[in-house]
Order: sequence, then structure tokens, then C-alpha cells
Amino acid sequence: MNIERLVTMANDIATFFEVEPDHELAVSSVRDHLKRFWDPVMRRQLKVHLGAGGEGLLPLAREAVAGLDVPPADAG
Amino acid sequence: MLSIVEIDYGTPKATSTTMVELEIDGRSVQVPEGTSVLRAAAQMGIGIPKLCATDMLEVFGSCRLCLVEIEGRKGYPASCTTPVSPGMKVHTQTSRLAEIRRGVMELYISDHPLDCLTCPANGHCELQDMAGVVGLREVRYGYDGANHVHAEKKDGSANPLFAAKDISNPYFTFDPSKCIACSRCVRACEEVQGTFALTIQGRGFESKVAASQDNRFLDSECVSCGACVQACPTATLSEKSLIDMGQAEHSVVTTCAYCGVGCSFRAEMKGQDIVRMVPNKDGHANHGHSCVKGRFAIGYATHPDRITTPMIRARISDPWRVVSWDEAIAHVASEFKRLQARYGKHSVGGITSSRCTNEETYLVQKLVRAGFGNNNVDTCARVCHSPTGYGLKATMGESAGTQDFDSIEATDVVLVIGANPTDAHPVFGSQMKRRLRAGAKLIVVDPRRIDLVRTPHIQADYHLRLRPGTNVAVLDALAHVIVTENLVDEAFVAQRCEAVAFAKWRAFVAQDKYSPEAMESVTGVPASIVRGAARLYATGGNSAIYYGLGVTEHAQGSTAVMAIANLAMATGNIGREGVGVNPLRGQNNVQGSCDMGSFPHEFPGYRHVGDDAVRHSFEQAWGVPLLSEPGLRIPNMFEAALDGSFKGLYIEGEDIAQSDPDTQHVTAALTAMECIVVQDLFLNETAKYAHVFLPGSSFLEKDGTFVNAERRVSRVRKVMEPKGGYADWEITQLLAQAMGYPMNYTHPTQIMDEIAQLTPTFHGVSFDKIDQLGSIQWPCNDQHPLGTPVMHVDEFVRGKGRFMLTEYVPTAEKVNAEHPLILTTGRILSQYNVGAQTRRTANVMWHDEDRLEIHPHDAEERGINEGDWVGIQSRAGDTVLRAMISERMQPGVVYTTFHFPGSGANVITTENSDWATNCPEYKVTAVQVTRVTQPSDWQKRHRAFSDAQEALLNPSTKPA
Repeated sequence: MNIERLVTMANDIATFFEVEPDHELAVSSVRDHLKRFWDPVMRRQLKVHLGAGGEGLLPLAREAVAGLDVPPADAG
Repeated sequence: MLSIVEIDYGTPKATSTTMVELEIDGRSVQVPEGTSVLRAAAQMGIGIPKLCATDMLEVFGSCRLCLVEIEGRKGYPASCTTPVSPGMKVHTQTSRLAEIRRGVMELYISDHPLDCLTCPANGHCELQDMAGVVGLREVRYGYDGANHVHAEKKDGSANPLFAAKDISNPYFTFDPSKCIACSRCVRACEEVQGTFALTIQGRGFESKVAASQDNRFLDSECVSCGACVQACPTATLSEKSLIDMGQAEHSVVTTCAYCGVGCSFRAEMKGQDIVRMVPNKDGHANHGHSCVKGRFAIGYATHPDRITTPMIRARISDPWRVVSWDEAIAHVASEFKRLQARYGKHSVGGITSSRCTNEETYLVQKLVRAGFGNNNVDTCARVCHSPTGYGLKATMGESAGTQDFDSIEATDVVLVIGANPTDAHPVFGSQMKRRLRAGAKLIVVDPRRIDLVRTPHIQADYHLRLRPGTNVAVLDALAHVIVTENLVDEAFVAQRCEAVAFAKWRAFVAQDKYSPEAMESVTGVPASIVRGAARLYATGGNSAIYYGLGVTEHAQGSTAVMAIANLAMATGNIGREGVGVNPLRGQNNVQGSCDMGSFPHEFPGYRHVGDDAVRHSFEQAWGVPLLSEPGLRIPNMFEAALDGSFKGLYIEGEDIAQSDPDTQHVTAALTAMECIVVQDLFLNETAKYAHVFLPGSSFLEKDGTFVNAERRVSRVRKVMEPKGGYADWEITQLLAQAMGYPMNYTHPTQIMDEIAQLTPTFHGVSFDKIDQLGSIQWPCNDQHPLGTPVMHVDEFVRGKGRFMLTEYVPTAEKVNAEHPLILTTGRILSQYNVGAQTRRTANVMWHDEDRLEIHPHDAEERGINEGDWVGIQSRAGDTVLRAMISERMQPGVVYTTFHFPGSGANVITTENSDWATNCPEYKVTAVQVTRVTQPSDWQKRHRAFSDAQEALLNPSTKPA
């Protein structure tokens, strides 16, 4: 999928939780949101993007994606 | 004409719990204090003659027919205006009363035509019935004197009292010659609908009913709700369908398939043909009222555009080929299997319909999860109320509104934000207006001056006319005032809400940056108005919030929903009658489709697919392993289609090519797929990109249930056979079987039983129980066997209420020199969403094209006059509409509806979406507007494409 779109969407989520004063809670909230609502394909793609430098990702989004659990790709 | 099956008790039901005993015609009866003698008699089965009284309206006391004798009282009091009193002894039939009543009827009939046998009301005319009841045998006055009956006087000159029949309204006629001046129509327009379009003009014998000072009905303020037609005791106001067809012979209770109010109707039938739709007096959502859509705009169901045979084609440039059901189903199954074999299990998905029943929606998501083996299922709530589901679940623990509609009867302060109930939810809008006329205060938060801001006998106390896209800023400013002026309900918060989250929120909204003064430059709303509104909401008694898509369809839609929940919790306005957070749902069954597990991450009952216990229960019931990871949402499906990984889509009753944002992006995605299956009534915009068309069934053609905005589960009942041969649930079942996943339901009641078994909130719901109770509000289970009108009563569904931090983040969609105006979108009363239904009815007489509303200042700057063609350009695309100059708009903001595909409203809207749910930001698009002389390139292409697609339709696909 269009990685720029995924980056924007991840940043939008991070922006909402940015205001949370407890930083650990903010990170886990973003991560939990991605895990609960994003198809694994999108999560995997975002994680690969982070591995390649993560261009465009906000700091909070980076932290969340770094610890994001992504199931292995299945052949389907 | 009233319903052919309902009993009219003459005056409204009294609500007192104190009982009064009296005697009528020698029989003793107990009724609630405040009951009229007329009603008390009716409840005993004693019919007192009446004409001006009906239990839908307040008593009036004008016809003088319902007179009675009461022992110890002088004269002959009208039983409708006389309340019962203890020990009263009433006589309804005496020789003196008979004489008086005959005299009254004689006067009525002396000014009424005697064409009973050819009159449309024949068989259910109250005047005719009363003439019979009182034994009228002669009319001594003759018909030669002054009258309203004949066009000419006896001497051949014109009769100044006569007025010709008004046939201007497409659905009913007004024949003044049959009017008995009982005022029931006028009172219905006032009391029930609240439009005040009708009046009695003149006095004495010259009195007559007039619409907006003697206009034709169509040209008047009349909104064609039909309340007057229903109330009329004669044929003066008659449905044209009744005139054409004659009286119905049976009546079936069902639920309207338009908006989320979910009105209950009696479909009055002749065989399988509908004579008329009459709102059900016992309907819990509508109490006998309706709007122009539900009552009248049903012609689409039998429209010649209906496609009633399955069709397939290899490419969208090929002509459609009419095929048998067997061939169509086998083709879809083989295509989807081929796509999954070639591109993987996840390459296909489905979209459930918010217009279909719960049972049908449930089956589609079951087909996707169990039959396709993935979670790629979504629904049109994605583009409307998905932020409601997310936001209310996060704060209160359940993805639904907290009240029933009747709760508003106990509301002191109504706060309407981003909703236009008089257009989009008209029947509830009428109930709201009734409450406001009775004295409740009103706060409106809307960029436009919607009708509710100032309408007969109603004026908003505060109108917060904000800039589009600043809902969260306004809500945070309201919260700031509540917190900093010590208006918080501390006891409620301490007892009911999470303390840590509340403390964080209190500190957060107390920051100076959220003060109304600091926010004024952002929102455009004067600080004093925000402060006044916040104080009223927090201290005005029972305060209730009603909101719509003007809240959800924003980049911060979910944030705004949470900010609304925060306000209600902080002021203790939750968990009892009269208060709450009330999302006004768009489509008839959008609540139900969400309840039924239409989202890719949730099973029915809003339970995450990752919840092992829940998933195992479905695995056990469905007999297959299920995935624990969420699937693709609709916009994700488009993205996946464009990158080649998503290839097949089964769409039940949704028109994504018209309704979803950034049309050109959507159609590019559709074009990139290999098998699109559209199941619909019509060849809609999406079907023009489809490879398989399966003819769907209208709500009149099947059994099932809908859930309205109040969580009310109501029955949909079949009144005619499906035009295409199958109800939608049967089609999904055939598809499942062909895909190799067994489904063997023989009636939707079995599907509801399975839903109830697997879904705690629906545990006590069954067709039998709905038949007994009329309707049921979920949760319905062992704790709440009769359902739950008000939620979160003693504790929140999630336990403690959770305040969320709702920072205002300006949308990325900003005005600049290139795109200096903001476009926002909405609905209009006579049309409904993509218009597939209402465009195929006479409702186009009120609205036959989408127009661009623009403020006079913006129009003048651009040299635009009323009716000019104007081009609207955004960064996504451009389209052309005609201008409507309107001071309802604020300068800098333009507005349009989106009911006609050729308007291309969604060619302009962008891919921006809500951060939590990807609900599109329909309500804010930066645009430029200029005068033009021809349609946009997109419109020309769309026209040519549509014409080409029509040409590919075999004429035999349509009924003759």
C-alpha cells in the first residue's frame, strides 16, 4: 500500500496520544491502536519502513512502531 | 384518514398514576386522572360520536358531537374536553343527545357533497360513519344556499366560497369542498409536525383551511409529512394512491428503511400492492408520525429501474449478460476461489449494508470470516458513524447512544452539534421541536444557520456558529468553562469515573489555551457565547447532547465524540432520563450493521477478533478456525486494490463509487479489481464497475430486523415477494454454499436465534419477543429481559467512565490563496443519501439537483448570481453545480448536498480521514469557486461513462 498514506495515518494516531503526559502510556496507546485496528499487512509494511529509516514518522509513532508486534506473513 | 386497523380513543392517553372511578352508561370504570370522558368511554368499548377529536391531537372541542349528559351537571358538556372525576355518572345515549347530535350532523351534511359512493374515503369516512351513527335521515336545509360544495351558485354565477381541488402535492390532494373545518389537519401540522404551515383562514361560515396564506400545498411551507392527511376525517386530504386504488384490505406492521429514526409503519395493502403507508401509533420510535420519505417515497421499490435478474460480464466494457441464479452464484464462487488461489486468502472481502437487515448483515460478515477465511469485512458506517463506535466505547464502554428518543420529554437543555434533525431525522426533529416549544432551552453548534436555530415558536438560546473543522476546539472551550467556573458535578465524577483520568483531563482543559477567549480566533465563536452555552449546559437541569455526522466526519471525528462524552460525564448528564449522549444515526440499520460485527476488527457485539474466548465461541458455532487479526477497512481495501493485492469484493447494498470520498481514487481502485459483485436494487454507480450484478430485495420483500439510533430492534415484515426471486439473506447463503461453507437457514428468525446465542447484548432478543413487545432496545438479556431504554444507569458499561484527553489539532485541509473557501456537505429533507431511492420518487419535485449554497458576500466577490453555473475545485478534483445564494452560510463557507451522482460532490472531497477510524473528512474541503459555462471534465466523462454503461444493459433485465 501507499507508504506515505500509512505514515500519515500512523502520525495522526500519534498526534492524538501525544498530549498524554505519561509517555509510556502514550507509546503503548499508539501501539495498541495499531495492533487492534490495522490489518497485519499494513503494520508489517510500516515496520519495514521504520527499519529503512522511517522517513516522515513522528517520534512517538516511531517508538510505537518499534515495539509493534507483527505476525509473520502467511501465504494465505 | 386514520389507519384502517387502529382504534381511535379520541383524546391522548393520560399519564397520571392516580386512578379515578366513574360510571358510564351504568358500568363502572377506572381510568388515570386527567383522562377525558370520551377516552374513558372508548376504553370500555363505548363509542361516543365525534369528529374533531382524535387521540393523536390535543382536545379541541369544536364539533359538538361528543356531547354527553352527566348527573348533577347542567347542560350537555363535550366529553372530549371534560375530564373524569370520582363518582361521575355519565350517560352517552339519551333521546335529547340523539336529537342534538342529529341536528349537528344535519348542519355538517348541508355543506358537504353527497358523492359518498365515488369518494376515496368511502369505507373509512368518519363523517359518513357519524351520519350513520346518529341516524341522520334528512337534511332540511337543502343545498341551494351558501355552501362550499358547488363551483357555481344556482343562478350560474361563480360561488365565492368554492375552491377547486389542489393537486399540486405529488402524494396527496386537498379538496376544500369536503372540508368540515374540524381543524384536525391544522392541529396535526402544529402539534405533531411542528411546521405550522396550515391555518384556518377567515371566520364563521367563511372559515377555511389554507396552506401558508392561500398558497398551493406544493408552494407553501408544507414539508409533506402527511400528518394532516392522516388526521383528516373526510376525503378532504387524501393520498393519491388511495384515490387510485381504493381501500386497503389488510395491514402489516413493518419498519421504515430510510433514516436512523426507524419509524414503525403499517403497510396498508391490497394483495401485494401497497395502498398507503400509515405510521404506527404504537410505534415506539415515532408514535404515529412520519416524514415525506417514509410515508410517501416508497415508489422506488416498484420502479422500472429495478434490475430483477442476475447478470455477469467478464470486463466492465462488455455488455451485461442475463444469467440464471445458478450460473451467477457459481460464477462468483469460482471467481473468488480463483482469486484466493492466485493472490492469496486475503485478496477478497465483503461490504455489508446498513440498509439490509441485521440477519443479512450478520450473514455477510459470517461469509467473509468463515467462508472467505479472512476478516476483510466493513460497512458504510466506516464513512459515517465509526468515530461514534470508537469514541463512546473508549469513554463509556459501549458503541451506541445512551437514551431512547422519548428521553427528550424530560430534557431541559438540548445541545445539538453537527446535526440537522429537521432535515435528516425529521420525525425525531418534530419530537425535539415539541419539547422546545414546551420550554426546553436550545444550544446549536453548527457552521450553518440550520432551521432549528429559528423556526416557528423556537429560537436557539445560543448558536455557536463555528468554522468547519473546529468542533474539538469548541468542545474543549466548553469544557474549560465548566472546569474553571466550578460547574463540574463532583459527586458524579467521584463516584462514577476513573479518578486519575479525570484529574489529567481537568488539568488539560483548564489550560488557558482552551479558554473561549483564546479559542475565539480559531473557532470564530465569540467567547461570551461559548461561556453562556457552557453555563446553560452545565446548570440548566437535564442536559442532553444530540449529534450527527457534522461531528464524526472530520479528521478529529473520534476526538470530538470523546469530547462530547467528557462533557456529559463532567456534568453528570448521563445515566437517567432526559440526559445523555445521542448520536443521530444516518441510515435505517447503521446501528444494527455495526452491532452485527461488520467491522474488520470486531465480532458481533463489538468484541475484538483478538479476544480468544469470544473467537472460540464463534469458531465452535461456525465450525471453522477464525483469524485473530483485524482485516482491511474500506479505504484500506482501495489502497490494497491499487497495489494489486486485493482483487475481489462482494458489496451488499452500498454505493461506494458515489458515497465514498475522492471518487476518482475509488473508481481507480474498483477498476483495478478483477471481480466486483454488486447486490443491489439498481444499477448504481458502483455497479457500473462491477462484473456480477445480483438483484437485491427491498425492505418490503423480506423478513428481518433493523436497529435504530436508540438501539431499538424492530421487525421488518415481508409484504410482497422479492422481485428478483430471493431475499438478500438467501443470496448470501447461496454464495456461502457455493464457496463450500454450509449455511442452511430457512427463515431469518433462525439467524436471529444464532445472533442471540453468540452475542451477550442480544441474548434475550427473538422474533417472538419482538412480536410480543413491539420492539426491544438492546442490551436485552437475563438482567434486562425487556431491554434497556437508558444505559449506564448505575455504572458505565466499562465500569468507571474514562475521560480522554482531546487536544484540538487543526485539520491538514487548510484554506489558502488557491483554495480560499471551505466546502461542507449535508442532507436535505426530501432526499436520502446517494438518492438511489428518493431520486426514483416524486420527491424530486422538492429537490431535483444538488446546488452550491454560498454567502452573498462570497458570491458577489466572484460575480456569481443565483442559479449561475459555478465550478468548485479542490486539490482532489473539480465539479460544477448551480449556485444558490444563502445567508444560512457564513462568509468563507460553501455547502452542498450529495444526492445526485452527476453532482460529483465526492470528486472534490479528499482522502483526509479521522485518525482513529479512517472515517472521511467530508465536512471540510478547501475549495475555490468560480463562474463557469460548462460541466467539469469529470462530469463529462461521468456522463459518457454512465451512458455507455446504460447501453450495456440488456433491455430484458427490466420488468416490462
